[in-house]
Amino acid sequence: MTAQVERELETETEELTVREAIRQALREELDRDEDVFLIGEDIGKFGGVLEVTGDLYEEFGEERVRDTPISEAGFTGAATGAAATGTRPVVELMFSDFSGVAMEQIMNQMAKMRYMFGGKAEMPLTVRTTEGGGMGAASQHSGTVHSWIAHFPGLKAVAPGTAAAAKGLTKAAIRSNDPVFVFENKMIYEQTGQVPTDEDFTVPIGEAAVEREGEDVTVVATQRLVGESLETAESIADDVDVEVIDTRSLYPLDTETIVESVRKTGRLIVADESPLSYGTHAEIVARVQEEAFFSLDAPIQRVGTPDTHMPFSPPLENEVLPDGDDVRAAIERIS
Amino acid sequence: MADYDLESAEGRVEALRRMVLIRAFDEEAGDRFADGEIPGFVHLYIGEEAVGVGTCGALEPDDYIASTHRGHGHCIAKGLDPKYMMAELYGKSEGYCNGKGGSMHIADVDAGMLGANGIVGAGPPLATGAALSIDYQDRDQVAVGFLGDGAVAQGQVHEAINLASTWDLPAVFVVENNQYGEGTPVEKQHNVDNLSDTAGAYDIPGLTVDGMDVTAVAEAVSEARSRARAGEGPTLVEAETYRYRGHYEGDEEPYRDEEEIERWKDRDPIESFKDRLIDRGELTESEFEEMQAEAEAEIDAAIEYAQDADLPEPREAYDDMFAEMPPEIERFAGAARTDGGRPGGDRP
Repeated sequence: MTAQVERELETETEELTVREAIRQALREELDRDEDVFLIGEDIGKFGGVLEVTGDLYEEFGEERVRDTPISEAGFTGAATGAAATGTRPVVELMFSDFSGVAMEQIMNQMAKMRYMFGGKAEMPLTVRTTEGGGMGAASQHSGTVHSWIAHFPGLKAVAPGTAAAAKGLTKAAIRSNDPVFVFENKMIYEQTGQVPTDEDFTVPIGEAAVEREGEDVTVVATQRLVGESLETAESIADDVDVEVIDTRSLYPLDTETIVESVRKTGRLIVADESPLSYGTHAEIVARVQEEAFFSLDAPIQRVGTPDTHMPFSPPLENEVLPDGDDVRAAIERIS
Repeated sequence: MADYDLESAEGRVEALRRMVLIRAFDEEAGDRFADGEIPGFVHLYIGEEAVGVGTCGALEPDDYIASTHRGHGHCIAKGLDPKYMMAELYGKSEGYCNGKGGSMHIADVDAGMLGANGIVGAGPPLATGAALSIDYQDRDQVAVGFLGDGAVAQGQVHEAINLASTWDLPAVFVVENNQYGEGTPVEKQHNVDNLSDTAGAYDIPGLTVDGMDVTAVAEAVSEARSRARAGEGPTLVEAETYRYRGHYEGDEEPYRDEEEIERWKDRDPIESFKDRLIDRGELTESEFEEMQAEAEAEIDAAIEYAQDADLPEPREAYDDMFAEMPPEIERFAGAARTDGGRPGGDRP
């Protein structure tokens, strides 16, 4: 057991939703460090379009919870310039689909400045954004784009699946001196969990968590699919003993924890809501075959969105959105 | 006080010296690029020296600038050392960016230089961000975003100026209108008569000044700096200037003729300013010749320094991606190709 996991277990906890856990992380970091400020669209008085920032505006004022024009390239770029000059901005990109609007500043400035300048630029910057289908928000407000960001050198990416991870990773991202994207799946904001109350509780970036131990098959899941995989694991516990790992971080990725599990179970399902081709699933599969090829007893299975956009109408959305049933079917295919 | 204040005779001579140094640097850089000693792309500032020097002369040493792909002049105007600049152009580890940036990405954040930039229009958002840090931490500084005429058409420039003006941030935007966005003339890229007219969209002052006249630029930027420090927000200064060389070295320039270039050279910013200083008795012809000789000697020394400096070790390619290196990169850093290694995997 790692020291971190021990600490997570020993510490005092409270039950929070994912939304409350993120807000608590933001509150604690705003309290802790005056250089931290939040910047984004309607995060102030409005409280955030998905109500994550809530009442932080009342608590910290408009300088520190800063509403912007609808101008993703402008404020993401400004946050990049601000991070390089002595402050620690936390950007909210309302929907991850909008990161396309800001992509120039993300990929050519934020990600590259430190490297291009020979290490002589700091980039202590957090970008929070929401992902995922399931609320009928249609193609431009339901995307799961974290594979782009995790793919792009110079950026770190985390994508919590539990309330504790949401709080701990948000705090770790804000304290990090690297640009870190926090991908929040919007369908789990109401999901509750036990969250450490310790103000110095963080989840180290690059550490996965084994959420359920099992002997027969490993499910490596992210975001909403962590909870769904845990439910699936319980529902078939009499037949198959499933180990469920929340990657928590996408880049860096905790290859070691995943590989260790596969060496034990010999079977792997990768469950992530992003489109199946050229992405997060492929990366995890590639790493496992590099490190644990000879431990595999069956072909690795992928659960994800089958390369469509997220359609609007509920039956269409249900058709393509991966869920616990897909995880169960994948387990059955190789068990 | 600024390193050189164009309101004093001494400052004016220093401004001239910097313009001469920029020209010497870029002429030599052009020659060395042609010789194949300098790899990559270079974009030279020759002809535009008055804009960078006039702007930086109106700034305090700890003010910020965000530069463009044509950034050598901004660096020297801001006080960066030609020796480390040249080493960077040569890809040497003693360069400002340890050889990772080259001509298009020279930076020295500690000196307030937030980087040359290979993306047209990317500097203004960074300048707005620096101005946001200044404002947030209540520091006595301003941030200048340089941009070319071509960049005025970029969406992120609009967003940056809109944000800075909406929040009254201490920023100044300096448009270097050198008449061409790469190979296309300015009138084919914009519908306004003067690029400074766009300031009206933000309800901020916009003025067009003679970018071949270092004092005119300095005066405009000085006033803009005062406004910015007084909490009155940004100013858009358009400086009309001209680049004598192509967009990049090697550009065959089919889009303009020699006559046009000569017409602008008649208003050369160095020649005209030197003549004015001599007329005012602030400089003699022989002092100017000495200044030129000294500049050439300094650049010769910079070339020699760059030539003699060490190339980076191949394994340095893995450094500086992050403050905290992830294992994904560490595994390569520990087994650089030149050391004969590449990470392997599972073994049967």
